Amino acid sequence: MTLAVAEAPAAAGRTGPPSDPMLPRPWRVCRSVRETDDTFTLELIPEPGQPVQPFAAGQFNMLYLPGIGEVPISISGDPTYPHTLVHTTRAVGAVTKKMAAIRRGDAIGVRGPFGTAWPVEDSEGNDVVFVAGGIGLAPLRPALIQVLSRRERYGRVVLLYGARTPDDILFRKQLREWRADFDLEIQVTVDRATHDWRGNVGVVTALISRVPFEPGHTVAMICGPEVMIRYTVMELERRGVTPDRAYVSLERNMKCAVGFCGHCQLGPLFICKDGPIFPYEKVAVLLSQREV
Amino acid sequence: METLEPLLAEHPFVRGMSPSQIETVAGCASNVRFQTGQYLFKDGEEANQFYIIRKGRIAIEAASPTHDPILIHTYGDGEILGWSWLVPPYRWRFSGKALELTRVLMIDGKCLRGKCEKDHDLGYELLKRFADILAGRLDSARLQLIDMYASASKGRRR
Ligand SMILES: Cc1cc2nc3c(=O)[nH]c(=O)nc-3n(C[C@H](O)[C@H](O)[C@H](O)COP(=O)(O)OP(=O)(O)OC[C@H]3O[C@@H](n4cnc5c(N)ncnc54)[C@H](O)[C@@H]3O)c2cc1C
Repeated sequence: MTLAVAEAPAAAGRTGPPSDPMLPRPWRVCRSVRETDDTFTLELIPEPGQPVQPFAAGQFNMLYLPGIGEVPISISGDPTYPHTLVHTTRAVGAVTKKMAAIRRGDAIGVRGPFGTAWPVEDSEGNDVVFVAGGIGLAPLRPALIQVLSRRERYGRVVLLYGARTPDDILFRKQLREWRADFDLEIQVTVDRATHDWRGNVGVVTALISRVPFEPGHTVAMICGPEVMIRYTVMELERRGVTPDRAYVSLERNMKCAVGFCGHCQLGPLFICKDGPIFPYEKVAVLLSQREV
Repeated sequence: METLEPLLAEHPFVRGMSPSQIETVAGCASNVRFQTGQYLFKDGEEANQFYIIRKGRIAIEAASPTHDPILIHTYGDGEILGWSWLVPPYRWRFSGKALELTRVLMIDGKCLRGKCEKDHDLGYELLKRFADILAGRLDSARLQLIDMYASASKGRRR
């Protein structure tokens, strides 16, 4: 059976969650992939009769394991196929470690999608530089998929990706395919090499000076640890890309995801509803502050 | 003899230098190729050059008495490699090895040091550029130290 493909929402806008945003809806795991030692991807399909919400690249869902807890996880799949939700998660604590153990056929609750999107359509006509660090490649993947699906609308497209070690590199197969099939410059680097590693070594920011793009006509989309985001923006500035051309994805502990509880507040902003994708300039001064 | 000035003039490193300054730097330059696995320089040796990588990849390694050399960083197309020629005692701190066939412009730093002593404007232009390179290297080294992708739960942060 072929499911109707829901129309992808306007990229820069926000897509509303279903009528009761606090109510998790039942989905089921149709595929579970171990990406690395501590990171896994779940593909989810809705239980019969459940509505399928369109989502935009950069948005996230609250994933709920009954009796254990709920966590915000970005959608890492293709926005043109919202009937299969893809989430790539790193197991770091109570909920995500339990989530790592769920298998095909298991049930999971989903609330969402929530939050703002990467400026995929607004970047048309520009060079686009994606900079990802660690698990940060997952929230950027929908934007990359979208840009590559309309490749002719963009100038140069570059993906710079840094991982901790070669074993931590995500989506290896897809990176190889993208490199072969698209006009996309991909540079991958690791902070710590193993002896069999033949690729780049060094932090991801060091790659910025190596790739060609037109600074005045470049949009940068950055996702990774906040310290990496700050250094990336500085390095881009050295190359002539002004910070108003940089967009970043931020994370804070989150509970309600709809701007009620204040858990994810960052200064005057709520990550859940004002973010997680922000123009860098809006959050620059808040970035070095500790969580409240 | 073929001059390397046009080749050098294209590189962002010399952007903003006067034509005569570029000519001076080009006068100390030579075109060199390194085969895969060949060392450009070794830890402790006298450092009398720096390199502008035209095409290829160079690994910087730290020697270890008990292990294979530790790969610290790789440099690629367009990057500048080597600042030890500028700072006494003018010795390489690490070793540099070609990871693939690599073409570089090799600049004779000893020759350039002499010229900078006589022409402080040239010296200042070069120092500004190397200060920028060194600041970038320091940022990278500090970020590598932070181990930013390690997770908090097992001593490794996201
Ligand atoms: C909008 C948004 C999108 C996100 N997208 C993704 C994603 O696509 N993939 C993914 O793996 N994670 C993502 N996260 C982070 C994820 O939500 C957390 O890792 C998760 O909530 C941790 O819950 P836990 O119960 O497993 O760990 P906890 O038991 O709550 O925490 C375990 C340890 O991890 C640390 N920790 C918890 N959350 C974070 C965090 N966000 N960053 C760094 N350290 C943290 C804690 O300090 C603690 O030391 C996202 C977060 C937000 C806010």
